[in-house]
Amino acid sequence: MVLKAFFPTCCASADSGLLVGRWVPEQSSAVVLAVVHFPFIPIQVKELLAQVQQASRVGVAVLGTWCHRRQESEESLGHFLEGLSAIFSHEPWLQLCRERGSKFWSCKATHRQVPASPGAPGQDQVMLIFYDQRKVLLSQLHPPAALPDHQAGDATASAGGLAAVFDTVARSEVLFRSDQFDEGPVRLSHWQSEGVEASILVELAKQASGPICLLLACLLSLISAASTSRVFKLWPLSFIWSKLSTCEQLRHRLGQLTLIFSTQKAENPAQLMRKANMLVSVFLDVALGLALLSWLHGKDRIGQLADALVPVADHVAEELQHLLQWLMGAPAGLKMNRALDQVLGRFFLYHIHLWINIIALLTFHIYCFYVYGARLYCMKICGLSSLWRLFRGKKWNVLRQRVDSCSYDLDQLFIGTLLFTILVFLLPTTALYYLVFTLLRLLVVTVQGLIHLLVDLVNSLPLYSLGLRLCRPYRLAAGVKFRVLEHEAGRPLRLLMQINPLPYSRVVHTYRLPSCGCHPKHSWGSLCRKLFFGELIYPWRQRGDKQD
Amino acid sequence: MEAEQSFSDICGGRLALQRRYYSPSCREFCVSCPRLSLRSLTAVTCTVWLAAYGLFTLCEKSMILSAAIFITLLGLLGYLHFVKIDQETLLIIDSLGIQMTSSYASGKESTTFIEMGKVKDLVINEAIYMQKVIYYLCILLKDPVEPHGISQVVPVFQSAKPRLDCLIEVYRSCQEILAHQKATSASP
Repeated sequence: MVLKAFFPTCCASADSGLLVGRWVPEQSSAVVLAVVHFPFIPIQVKELLAQVQQASRVGVAVLGTWCHRRQESEESLGHFLEGLSAIFSHEPWLQLCRERGSKFWSCKATHRQVPASPGAPGQDQVMLIFYDQRKVLLSQLHPPAALPDHQAGDATASAGGLAAVFDTVARSEVLFRSDQFDEGPVRLSHWQSEGVEASILVELAKQASGPICLLLACLLSLISAASTSRVFKLWPLSFIWSKLSTCEQLRHRLGQLTLIFSTQKAENPAQLMRKANMLVSVFLDVALGLALLSWLHGKDRIGQLADALVPVADHVAEELQHLLQWLMGAPAGLKMNRALDQVLGRFFLYHIHLWINIIALLTFHIYCFYVYGARLYCMKICGLSSLWRLFRGKKWNVLRQRVDSCSYDLDQLFIGTLLFTILVFLLPTTALYYLVFTLLRLLVVTVQGLIHLLVDLVNSLPLYSLGLRLCRPYRLAAGVKFRVLEHEAGRPLRLLMQINPLPYSRVVHTYRLPSCGCHPKHSWGSLCRKLFFGELIYPWRQRGDKQD
Repeated sequence: MEAEQSFSDICGGRLALQRRYYSPSCREFCVSCPRLSLRSLTAVTCTVWLAAYGLFTLCEKSMILSAAIFITLLGLLGYLHFVKIDQETLLIIDSLGIQMTSSYASGKESTTFIEMGKVKDLVINEAIYMQKVIYYLCILLKDPVEPHGISQVVPVFQSAKPRLDCLIEVYRSCQEILAHQKATSASP
């Protein structure tokens, strides 16, 4: 197999020295983490590597030599470097060499032991892959969705070659802690050798977060203890709490805040992202709320809204009255049964008259009308279906839950048929009222549903992850991509490995927060069925409600 | 080593296949699709604007015209950035993997890399596409659970849709590398 040498781009201009990194025999790849410069004492280098190995549990070793010829006459360096392979024995021994001013490198990998089969060469072909150490260290690889019958342990064990590279670099952070200004025994070259990266704000925040989290966690536990006290369990308070969506939202946010400010550290990156997403979501919620409040308070808009609300309610009631008058006449040219029409119309008109005086409950009367219309229609349909069965000489067997044949007496048949015809001819009138009110109710439900969806969106959208994907795309990696660099025949192949960021849809899918989600529990088919038979529809059910 | 040849796709449009052999273990195949034709662009723009003008004469609102211009511009930008693929590239590197890149007309590039450990084989498959039977090149991925099974079929050159002669060239080249890869990975 071709030997792959992963070389950090920051070390490409470093002075000659020893290559330090990890050798992965299964993929025949050498991951170079740093370069040790002259002068050094071999014992100290070995000690440092042993320390790093213990701290990071990564098999760091000396992989070979790196030779950067700045002047023409450095032949002696070459011989010196070859002698080093006797001191630090590693199988295979890598020798990378770069001429001054040349873009092309020469690579050699030699095996000490001669292999058993005579045909195989003692030297391997080498492929150079450059990688950006900082980006690979900070990024998190998202493998494609695992098969459902797999366990998490299997996935990491059979991780591909590239996941091993990412893993190696991420775990060797200990090696990158010292920079060139430190007075250590060994001089290393890596991405932080120009100076360790740190931010004062981040450090201060880390120091301050401990006590702040503790304080807030205590406060939140007090609040949640108070809310679960006996007082709030009494009816009707518990009923109100469960119905108001504000309380539902408050409970959801309280749970999220408790999780954010808990004193436990996040165990893995996924949990950390979730905490960050929740925090940003809470901030956005508060910010939107404050913006809305300030907009409402400015220029006395609340007063204007309130003033506009009462005439709107009156307008709705007036329109409903017109609608009922139209139904009581000859709606759409249909001929209604006069007497029934008048009864139904007057019944509903009386309700409007009642409600218009109480409060501007905009749509409560629509809901009531829908319920009455639906119940009436439902009764009618039940009666019709039962009498239709009688008409055909059949019966519904309650015991066996099926339709059976039945022999009726003559007078039963006569009365049944009579009632059937009456119901059939009254059907258009009831059906029309039912249709109109159901449509109005569906309109109201749609508006409610849209508001609900919006709240859900604000709750569950992972804004921190989306922002990270926008500003630091290398942090969330879906994979890698390779670019072939300039190539000369006879020289080893040089590739540049870059990080392929995760697409936005996968970011949302992976990091979406669990919403307090009330989802419609009907499919379109069952909804149509319920509408046809006149059963009542309750589209939005909170979790924990009993089934109707 | 670079070589360019011209082929045709399943609809009869002209394609260009560019082959680059970087080294015995690394090869790249680049299929470039026919460009956006001026004729179809003009036809679409004229239709949209005529329809907008027709609406304008009915409704007498000048906002319809500016909306039509806006829609045409946005539509064109969206088409160039999300739909129109200019070039599709297949890069195969021995013992590393196979990389597929699609570059869109607006310059956007979308890349997928499949590691060699997951690749079972590269084959030419037949498929029924509308009223035609076409050939397409695809990569078979190994199933981690079952050693002889296939977990996924990844088609290559999906937008360019070259014909069998082009596919055979690519197939032969890739199989040389895959055979070498299998030989070296089988030996201890």
